[in-house]
Amino acid sequence: MKMFKKTQQLVVAAVFAAVGATAQAAPVVDSVHFLIPGGAGGGWDGTARGTGEALTKAGLVGSASYENMSGGGGGKAIGYLIENAASNHGTMMVNSTPIVIRSLTGVFPQSFRDLTLVAGTIGDYAALVVPADGDIQDLNGLISAFNADPSGVAIGGGSVPGGMDHLVAAMVFQTAGADPVSMKYVPYDGGGATMAGLLSGEVQAVSTGFSEAVELAKAGEVRIIGVTSEERVDAFADAPTMKEQGNDTTFVNWRGFFAAPDLPADTLAAYQDALTKMYDTPEWEEVRARNGWVNIHNNGDDFRTFLEEQEQVIGDLMRKLGFL
Amino acid sequence: MLEGLLAGLSTAFSVTNILIVIAGCLVGTFIGMLPGLGPMSIIAIMIPIAITIGDPSTALILLAGVYYGAVFGGSTSSILINAPGVASTVATSFDGYPLARKGQAGKALTVAAIASFAGGTIGAILLMIFAPALASVALLFHSAEYFALMVVGLSAIAAFAGTGQVCKALLMTFLGLIMATVGEGVLFNAPRFTMGVMDLQSGFGFITLAMAMFALPEAIYLVLDPNRSKTGDGDSGEITNLRITRDEAKRIAPVIGRQSLQGFFIGVLPGAGATIASFLGYAVERNIASKEEQEQFGKGSVKGVAAPESANNAAATGSFVPLLTLGIPGSGTTAILLGALIALNVSPGPRLMIDEPEIFWAVIISMYLGNLVLLVLNLPLIPYIAKVLSVPRNYLIPFILFFTLMGAYIGQNNATELLLLVGFGVCATLLRFADYPLAPLLIGFILGPLLENNFSRAMQLYDGMAFVWERPMTLALLTLALILIVLPSYRRRRARLRAAGVADGD
Repeated sequence: MKMFKKTQQLVVAAVFAAVGATAQAAPVVDSVHFLIPGGAGGGWDGTARGTGEALTKAGLVGSASYENMSGGGGGKAIGYLIENAASNHGTMMVNSTPIVIRSLTGVFPQSFRDLTLVAGTIGDYAALVVPADGDIQDLNGLISAFNADPSGVAIGGGSVPGGMDHLVAAMVFQTAGADPVSMKYVPYDGGGATMAGLLSGEVQAVSTGFSEAVELAKAGEVRIIGVTSEERVDAFADAPTMKEQGNDTTFVNWRGFFAAPDLPADTLAAYQDALTKMYDTPEWEEVRARNGWVNIHNNGDDFRTFLEEQEQVIGDLMRKLGFL
Repeated sequence: MLEGLLAGLSTAFSVTNILIVIAGCLVGTFIGMLPGLGPMSIIAIMIPIAITIGDPSTALILLAGVYYGAVFGGSTSSILINAPGVASTVATSFDGYPLARKGQAGKALTVAAIASFAGGTIGAILLMIFAPALASVALLFHSAEYFALMVVGLSAIAAFAGTGQVCKALLMTFLGLIMATVGEGVLFNAPRFTMGVMDLQSGFGFITLAMAMFALPEAIYLVLDPNRSKTGDGDSGEITNLRITRDEAKRIAPVIGRQSLQGFFIGVLPGAGATIASFLGYAVERNIASKEEQEQFGKGSVKGVAAPESANNAAATGSFVPLLTLGIPGSGTTAILLGALIALNVSPGPRLMIDEPEIFWAVIISMYLGNLVLLVLNLPLIPYIAKVLSVPRNYLIPFILFFTLMGAYIGQNNATELLLLVGFGVCATLLRFADYPLAPLLIGFILGPLLENNFSRAMQLYDGMAFVWERPMTLALLTLALILIVLPSYRRRRARLRAAGVADGD
């Protein structure tokens, strides 16, 4: 009997909880279709699915669907969204720093200006990393080693020459007064291979994502000699910023969402509202922590200013390096 | 170490974890049989489930079970319908499919199962004993050595360069190498040879090409020539027969032993992995086989199935060395596993064994368990799986075509892959009519990017070709490759001369 009563109470509580949840928040947006310009399992895919999971679980969005459309380094999905703009008001496309770089290099003809900017949501800082037990111990050590023998210092990275990792390293070198054009940049296939190259002693330093380097730095295998953030990052506060070593380079590899051109203003406002509210939910915090993302929120016009600045800086550097 | 081992044993042998291993292996095997879904995508699918489990050991045991199951199941489609769904089972189809065509599918699957089991188990033992010591071995290879290793791997094409075929095999290899350059690579920030077609920007898909070169022409041949195979209406008792003769067992045992060791060490290198291990295993075993056995390679040799299968499973285990001891993923699959580990608040690296020994050991013990479970589960299933081939041809062929097309589409969700598949499939069929071997093309295509990237990195780091003579290990590997390529034709020439009675010295 007692048992029965307890069950009954639980059922009542559950019903109330369910009612409470629906009463508390009608979804801000009924449904969102996420367009992912790459295959399953990549960074874009994880961002879209993680954001969708947090939004639906928190009740901010009624339901979410996902579509992977790879091809053309993301260009195919961008083209699709522009060509079918009228029928895609319910679609948000995920993208990141490469949309800026690839439209500069002409991989695809469009740029972020052809789309409606929803918001930049998360990001990762870049970092320069050396082996923990090597001769080079800080950023200035790396620069002076390079100045002494430019061909003896090779910098590895997980992107193509002219890609993000290369540009970040070149930015740091340029700011330090070293010649970024004679910097020897060695491209690897992704972050893991880059770290293996560093630890094998083949390259003297690597340029990589901060979050990719944190675990190895914590394990004492590598040393992060500079992060491209304004202030030290909580996830690993032992890593010094470039700024505190007298090098003013800052860089954020952002990820964010775009919508079809000429999206009605109220739909855009609803998307931005849902994403803004998402940051305060425990559901988002869980997804964010699981993936090690950093909240870097840039809404609408701020996002545009940010992208224009990034395009300017990257464009100038690429012209200097001879990639444009 | 003993304490950790015991803790790991008690973790791995809990009822839940044993059930989880069995479930993981089953799921992995069945999904792994579908071409197009390799270990990488299966693990990506399973990660959310593993993370909701919460307990890191159990989650890892699930993922390891799925991984082994997928590696295990991957060889099935290679052997039965000549449709290698993962690059590491391409070499298995070289001899596995001819065996199935001779009506010995059951035997081929059994050899693959036993070789996989042995490779995985020997790999797990080596991992247990040597993992910490091997961390430094993993970092021994620079780009120069990886380049040389890929050259050694390329010597596997010799198996398809039979009498009068040398030129054709070389031609197809170069065609494969050329096709590998299409799209955006690692080396240049501009796409190459895409002719402005956006869908070619990421290059040709491996699955698309594998299906077009192997599975599709085979299906077309089956349609064109009703008497081609006895698989369709052959004696089903023979097809499903698992038995390996004593003589065959004796012949494959040393192959399995050697390739488990070699495969494991290749797997330890973060830049190599299971695919390279399987090609190298195949190439090495063919070259050291006796002359009569050598002729059998490519035509249905049990050794040709045992070598790549033990090598790729041992390598899959070996790739856990850099992951667990350095925190560096050696392959796409282990990169996804690394992500899962971090999400579970486990930091792989040199401190894992010290800080969380029960996780380290639980994973290794679950590898033994996984391999054992797979063998026990799979051997009784083989007759049923092999029966697929006794399905009447008018059902079997559409079935093969369906899986072929699905495999090409599923990874990218891109319909262009289907057009490419059919286009290349027709070309491949024409090439087969002209008696060109297609396997060298695929080997060239798979090894091409690795060859090119490592070669270019080495050139960049040494400002030229100096790495060839300045790095002794590179020189040694390149010499080995030369021997592997030249030796067979030298032997053949000698045999010919001896037959003519003019050879000197014997």
